[in-house]
Amino acid sequence: MAAYKPVVVQACPKLGEKITQDTLYWRGYKTPVQIKEFGAVNKIDFSPVLPYNYAVTASSRIHIYGRYSQEPIKTFSRFKDAVYGATYRDDGQLLVAGSEDSSIRLFDVSGRAPLRQFDGHTKPVHLVGFLSDKYRIFSGGDDYSANLWDIPSATEIVSYSEHTDYVRCGCASKVNADVFITGSYDHTVKLFDARTKSSVMTIEHGHPVESLLLFPSGGLLVSAGGRHVKVWDVLKGGQLLVSLKNHHKTVTCVCLNSSGQRLLSGSLDRHVKIYSTTSYKVVHSFSYATSILSLALSPEDETIVVGMTNGVLNVKHRKPEERNEKSQKKRQPAYRTYVKGRTYMPKQEDFCVSKPVKRVLRKYDKLLKSFESSKALDAVLEPPIMLHTPEVTVAVMQELHHRGTLRSALAGRDEKQVNLLLTFVARRVIEPRFTPVLVTVADMIT
Amino acid sequence: MVSAGALRVVRCGGGALRGARAVFSTDSKYLLCASGDFVKVYSVTTEETLRLMGGHADLVTGIQLNPHNHMQLYSSSLDGSIKLWDFMDGIPIKTFTVGCKLLALYTPASAEDSVFVVIPKKGEQDTCQLVSVKLTKGAGQDLEAKELSVVLDGVGASPKQIAFGREGEYVVSVKEVNLQVYFFKRKLLNRFSLRAVKTKGGDNQFSCVACHPTEDCIATGHADGKIRLWRNFHNRKEYTYSTLHWHHDIVMDLAFSMEGTRLLSGGVESVLVQWHNESSCQKDFLPRLGSPIEYISMSSDGALCCTLHTDNRITIINSNLRFSRSIQGLIKSRDVKTGLVVDPRTKALVMNGEPGHLQFYCLQSDQQLFSLDIVQRQYIHEEGLKQSDLVKVAFSAQGTWLATVEEREEVTDPELELKLWFYEEETQSFKLNTRINTPHDNHITDMCFRDMGELEDDSLILITTGRDCVFKVWVMVEDTDPEGKYAQQSVSWSCDFVGSYHNYQATNCCFSEDGSLLAVSFEEIVTVWDSVTWDLKCTFCHPPGNIRNICFGRLTCSKYLIGATDYGFLCCWNLLTCALEWSAHLNIVVLQPDPLSEHIAAVSWLSKESSLFVFKPNEPRPIYIQRNLCKEKILLAAFVPRDEPETTGSEKHLWLRRSQLLFLTDTQELMTLSTKPLEERLTPSSKQLAVEESRPMTPFSLLLGKHRRQQSQEDIDLGKLVVHNKQEQASPAVKELLHTPAHVLPSASFLCPIFINSLLISKEKKSAEEVADEVEMESEKTEDNSDEERDVTEMEQEDTSHMELLGEMACKLSKSQEKELRKIRKMDYSWISAF
Repeated sequence: MAAYKPVVVQACPKLGEKITQDTLYWRGYKTPVQIKEFGAVNKIDFSPVLPYNYAVTASSRIHIYGRYSQEPIKTFSRFKDAVYGATYRDDGQLLVAGSEDSSIRLFDVSGRAPLRQFDGHTKPVHLVGFLSDKYRIFSGGDDYSANLWDIPSATEIVSYSEHTDYVRCGCASKVNADVFITGSYDHTVKLFDARTKSSVMTIEHGHPVESLLLFPSGGLLVSAGGRHVKVWDVLKGGQLLVSLKNHHKTVTCVCLNSSGQRLLSGSLDRHVKIYSTTSYKVVHSFSYATSILSLALSPEDETIVVGMTNGVLNVKHRKPEERNEKSQKKRQPAYRTYVKGRTYMPKQEDFCVSKPVKRVLRKYDKLLKSFESSKALDAVLEPPIMLHTPEVTVAVMQELHHRGTLRSALAGRDEKQVNLLLTFVARRVIEPRFTPVLVTVADMIT
Repeated sequence: MVSAGALRVVRCGGGALRGARAVFSTDSKYLLCASGDFVKVYSVTTEETLRLMGGHADLVTGIQLNPHNHMQLYSSSLDGSIKLWDFMDGIPIKTFTVGCKLLALYTPASAEDSVFVVIPKKGEQDTCQLVSVKLTKGAGQDLEAKELSVVLDGVGASPKQIAFGREGEYVVSVKEVNLQVYFFKRKLLNRFSLRAVKTKGGDNQFSCVACHPTEDCIATGHADGKIRLWRNFHNRKEYTYSTLHWHHDIVMDLAFSMEGTRLLSGGVESVLVQWHNESSCQKDFLPRLGSPIEYISMSSDGALCCTLHTDNRITIINSNLRFSRSIQGLIKSRDVKTGLVVDPRTKALVMNGEPGHLQFYCLQSDQQLFSLDIVQRQYIHEEGLKQSDLVKVAFSAQGTWLATVEEREEVTDPELELKLWFYEEETQSFKLNTRINTPHDNHITDMCFRDMGELEDDSLILITTGRDCVFKVWVMVEDTDPEGKYAQQSVSWSCDFVGSYHNYQATNCCFSEDGSLLAVSFEEIVTVWDSVTWDLKCTFCHPPGNIRNICFGRLTCSKYLIGATDYGFLCCWNLLTCALEWSAHLNIVVLQPDPLSEHIAAVSWLSKESSLFVFKPNEPRPIYIQRNLCKEKILLAAFVPRDEPETTGSEKHLWLRRSQLLFLTDTQELMTLSTKPLEERLTPSSKQLAVEESRPMTPFSLLLGKHRRQQSQEDIDLGKLVVHNKQEQASPAVKELLHTPAHVLPSASFLCPIFINSLLISKEKKSAEEVADEVEMESEKTEDNSDEERDVTEMEQEDTSHMELLGEMACKLSKSQEKELRKIRKMDYSWISAF
């Protein structure tokens, strides 16, 4: 004897984005907080130490924001001109920034006045950064040169003038204190060793290089410029591993997530794309209101901060984890009495008598089972079902039609219900998968 | 007469179980059931067919237990004879020849030596009489029973329309809107009639009748689903009736429980309704029995009830209205739309079963393996409702994929659904993988898989042809999550290519054996496509007439393409020369290639007879012709691979060596061709030891019985040891152990040594090696032995009680065994030394 067979609801394959672990993960952010800055945000840098404040460089100010603050907790504003690329040192104590007036200033995060000022560039300095030994600074300026500075003496150690265009981006190796990389608008990426007088390696990117990133291992280099993001194997002498072309405007910034498994790239096309670093496929993407200039991810991926050309800072915080475990814990003592012996593993010679599984039928199924057609139709015309799962409504209508009772189920309805029904039919009849059924329904109503 | 070597057409799949009400034996252990020309005995507990009693020449129309001897059964048949059987042994005791068609049989206990039968009235069409037949007590086996006395005139032909009342005092017959009650003692006939006019959807036509076993009460079922309970019908004027109404359609059968407190009714809703105390407010239901209920019968102790369904199924139901078990024959659906398909995995025959189901029917064991729910919708049993039905089925070559098409006729367009099922090894069943709504805009005419086995991954292709003038190519697509961690490889099917030819309807499709070519027929034209690039390679045409069937030759004949057309031509094209090789003027209705050889079977239909032609495509002369295969039109045919090649002497029948050819006629009879003579074909169903059957079936006895049977088998093998062992079994220790109630037994640790000791074999007997030697020698003989013994025991069985019987058996066994042993000893074993 067969059991009652529930109505088959047609599952339609979702077109477009598929739900993967990544989409679930990257969707887990709250609605963004928008903060208006004074100008285009050219750099965002997270402090590597708790409480993970971040420095936002825009116009002639550097704002330091706390993790959840919407107001800057500190501001460095003693600049005469635009300031660029404020970067934290590894210990989060010092901050260095270049500026339009070709000087580089070093700040203590707790102080206000610059601790040191490095003069030597002749053009604006867009790139500054600490080497991993913490005592040296590298910089790159619009005067095509890349310099290395000693912090204690505030003197220039070495100056490389190998680039033939503006030097706009770079990064320091975390594994070797002498190595840093610069990218320039002359389409090249150059790798410098502080111990040598000239560049060690030159990589041809093919487009003006906008952003550079070294993997924590120091072996892989990511360069972004033009519409391309390219990944190079530095240890193999700068061999191109993969070239990603997923943006349709210039890529302005790249960053890694905290685990190093995902690479994020922001572009002028208003999108942030997230790549898997194993397959180099786009696994998720965010869309923003305007072109993106800078992008940063806090440790543990708690916060995504995106700076845009119109000076808006977009901050997304991660949603707190679901509190399911806690509520379960509360119930446990009472629950345990019911599951006594549930953990008992049957032995080999034990004869298991399984409890018949009780099937839970949906409300409309119960009504259909007892041949209450009209009520079953009522049940699926309730707004939650009708709005969110129209396929259920349509499936029940089809089932009623198959049973030959659709007409009687539709009959005897008052104005309000008919209105509801007509709205539903009118709205959904255009969907191809519902059309045949809803046309029949519409036929019967009229 | 048919010569010895000729093929015979034999029925397979068993007859319909719908001839008559099933009857429970008095002890409710057996269920007796009319099945075509046979009477079948089923075991209620194991659902097995224990015995098949054949002897009637036509449909069995009634079976009833002999009220005076519960081991005997009367059966009546359309061939005009009543047979008395001993159903325990399956032996016909007596045959009474009545001489006219018997439509129903009743054996009320009150009638001393006569039974009642329904016979058609002589000279008049459609009217029947209830007559009592006096069964003469002659000595011989075949007796004439010509003493007929008419009891009632103008009765219905259906056995459900007559019932005998309390202790056989009266008989009730219903027909159309009239009810007749005849009182035997008073010789009084009361007639009641209802209004014939149909009002408010009511229909007073009687459909069935049942009588209360203890009270004067008659229950009648009506065509509009009402049940009327008649009382006080002794009085012509002041009779009363009350009405019970639940069924929305005709009440097919009614049955009272033995005490009369419950009334069971069933109809096309396939719901068994139980009415308590004849009140309409108290009722229980057993819904969704699968198919319309045809007959309901109760066992005499009231513990079981069984329903016979229209789809050849018997459902046994407990007294508390719980489904107990079901016996399922080959479901004969009204229309086998799917054709006969062979499941490559189980070699079972696959076709339409229950509505919306696919039945897997095993020919060897003559039982349904399982029924796969394809439509997965609740089936509403209602007349005139358009239901989704399964129309096409295709298996991939390995049997891992199953494609099904279901359709539901609509006013505008048919609702079509293509489903693809994957065989799951773990659950050993097919699991739905992809569902495609409206794969074609119009009916799907044909479907086939290309499956080249494991060698090529992307070789699996499904082709569907539709009346919307296209054929579609479906391929598997894999959806993979790029991440290794969450890699969930899932496969689904999607359309890859749509082909058409001049806006003609695509009618058939077929892949060549190597899968490189696809032939699609478009009305009159056969097109051949390259299966890699989907280019049209060539076309063949043989006007006039649409193509009915196409198939490629196999093995050595793979360069030929065979097609059968509407206007009676069978054409064979050579694919290498693209020319017509030969053609024959035959009205071919079925064209079926054998998957294991290059033979092709074609069945033609000409002037009311079907003929079979078996040929190889490379020569136009058929290998085998059988004209006048059967009178009915053959609709479908299939080659079913045999488990082991049959050894046929005749050269002519070589094509039947590896496969069996099955036909389905338009009367839904499944036929096959057999080379064996009649006697061999009619293998009697399992000859079970009657002794075993008469034992009460408890789990313990099952366990012990198995053990004993094993032991007895061993005994037979072990020759002399048997005597000893039998003695041991009867040893007091074991006896005590088995017969003392468990709660008074001492602890097991105390009993153990006694028990073990009792099983030990004392030393003076034969050593093991000697015995082993004998085992070898005897092994060939053993089977015959056991058969002989069974016969012996069966003969002995009848008048001995169970316990004595065991002793008897042991004794018998040992005697025969010793006889055997002596025989063996006399035999010359010198040949062994040669090794």
